[in-house]
Amino acid sequence: MTALPKQLYLFYRDGFRSMVVGRTLWQIIAIKLFILFAVLKLFFFPNYLEHNFNTERDRAGHVLENLTRTPSAR
Amino acid sequence: MGEHILTTVDWARAQFALTAMYHWIFVPLTLGLSFLVAFFESIYVKTGNEEWKKLTRFWMTLFGINFAIGVATGIILEFQFGTNWSNYSWMVGDIFGAPLAIEGIFAFFLEATFFAVMFFGWHRVSKGFHLFSTWMVAVGSNLSAVWILVANGWMQFPTGMAFNPDKARFEMQNFWEVALSPVAVHKFTHATSSAFLLASLFVVGISALFLLQERHQKMAKRSMVVAAVFGFIASVFVGFTGDEAAFSVAQRQPMKLAAMEGLYVGQEKAPIVAMGIINSSKKPGDDLPAFYAEKKIPGLLSLLANRDPNSFVPGINDLAFGNAERNIIGAEQRMVTGKIALAELAHYKYAKETGDAAQAAAALALFEQHKGDLGYGYLNNPTEAVPPVPTTFYSFHIMVVLGTLFPLIFLLVLYFAFKGTLEYQRWLNLACFFSIFLGYVAQQAGWVVAEVGRQPWAIQGLLPVGVASTNIAASNVQTTFCMFLALFTALLLAEIRIMIKQIKIGPEA
Repeated sequence: MTALPKQLYLFYRDGFRSMVVGRTLWQIIAIKLFILFAVLKLFFFPNYLEHNFNTERDRAGHVLENLTRTPSAR
Repeated sequence: MGEHILTTVDWARAQFALTAMYHWIFVPLTLGLSFLVAFFESIYVKTGNEEWKKLTRFWMTLFGINFAIGVATGIILEFQFGTNWSNYSWMVGDIFGAPLAIEGIFAFFLEATFFAVMFFGWHRVSKGFHLFSTWMVAVGSNLSAVWILVANGWMQFPTGMAFNPDKARFEMQNFWEVALSPVAVHKFTHATSSAFLLASLFVVGISALFLLQERHQKMAKRSMVVAAVFGFIASVFVGFTGDEAAFSVAQRQPMKLAAMEGLYVGQEKAPIVAMGIINSSKKPGDDLPAFYAEKKIPGLLSLLANRDPNSFVPGINDLAFGNAERNIIGAEQRMVTGKIALAELAHYKYAKETGDAAQAAAALALFEQHKGDLGYGYLNNPTEAVPPVPTTFYSFHIMVVLGTLFPLIFLLVLYFAFKGTLEYQRWLNLACFFSIFLGYVAQQAGWVVAEVGRQPWAIQGLLPVGVASTNIAASNVQTTFCMFLALFTALLLAEIRIMIKQIKIGPEA
């Protein structure tokens, strides 16, 4: 029973260790994910409705207000 | 002067387009190359020939590079929904939220298991299980594209839902109607088959480069034959699904079809424009000619739109201003209905807030009668219902011309491969190499037709982009637009650099 988790661990560990091009790719993925989640999402892309309204009812009210207010298509 | 200032909506659209187009550089290659790698490995397992294994690993490496650079770029679209498109995002949350989340989880587990076996498992699992994993990656990658395409299809043809005015939300009424809507099915089949075509062009093109450089010739020719067969079959399927998609557009988005062909005045035996230069000064309803010059094929548009070469196809003017003779209700008339729907929605909201149940019920009943044209209520002029015609027209024609060229390239490759003279056809190998870029142009053009052609709608007929967006300052979106442009350029350069390096090394690595 304990052999399977160990085999899985060794499978991934050896796989990662034997990577050549993969190392560069993982570095790029890590940098990209950091920029996306730790910079862009955190500082530049707040969820507008969640950030500005506390309840689902308030959010629905705000959207309905927008729907019934502006006659602007573009 | 004021007309030329880009608004928040314009910037939000530009940002979304930039991200989606960047994302779509990677996705089609992933979808198609995964199957080609599976084909190569299947031949290896069947024959036991180590050359096929070497070949498989080479293309698998390029597949991995493309996948790694492209992974998570789609998440940025999700960020934008919440920030730039909060009204839209709220309104469709009930329909897309759960399926897209399931897709994300599905993709994660797929990638964590079968991807790992595919890349790490060559000497650790049996040949059969490795091949199974490669096929699972191919099938899973393509399946993970289903829901995003269903979502896009729903925006073009909203079905299987009802609008709840209390929650300001579209709520799903029939899951299968959403998932199996004809538009969604055509989107999926056309997008995936065009992805197979692109990946085939990629393999044929890179292999042709090897032939031009007189390197790895045996491997290159083997790759080219498999990819050309797959690419040719995919091309035929792309043509078939494209025809079905156009038929569907004619039935459900006739304005888009009219813009695709620059057809202003509807007619019987409507022609397809084989070649044409659009008159950019032309406006709906005026008397200017639609083209400076054009070459038409009579009856073909009628055949495409209605399966009858003599049938009537409505033009932009008919759809904007109406055509009583043909019983076509134009945007002008729909605007009247839409404004009633909007007014009654406002009455309903007010009556609910003031606790007037009778007034609320009466307003809701009137809203229900007119809600089908809700989006038209936001238009100030019927010409606002017309998408940008030159962009839609040229994109459509570029896509079709290239889509016709590619199967010819695949056939020529197969012809010279079976004659045994492929490596001596310098002109063909050069054409194959440059076809990689043309393949990407066709892919992007296809999405421009789909997305620009449906303007001004975020949700066809119900929600224009101007109402779907968030009321935030344009400068906010401008900043992130520039950041994305820098990030995407850097990532793309990184990919191209790593790809070129790997291609230079070749299958010997």
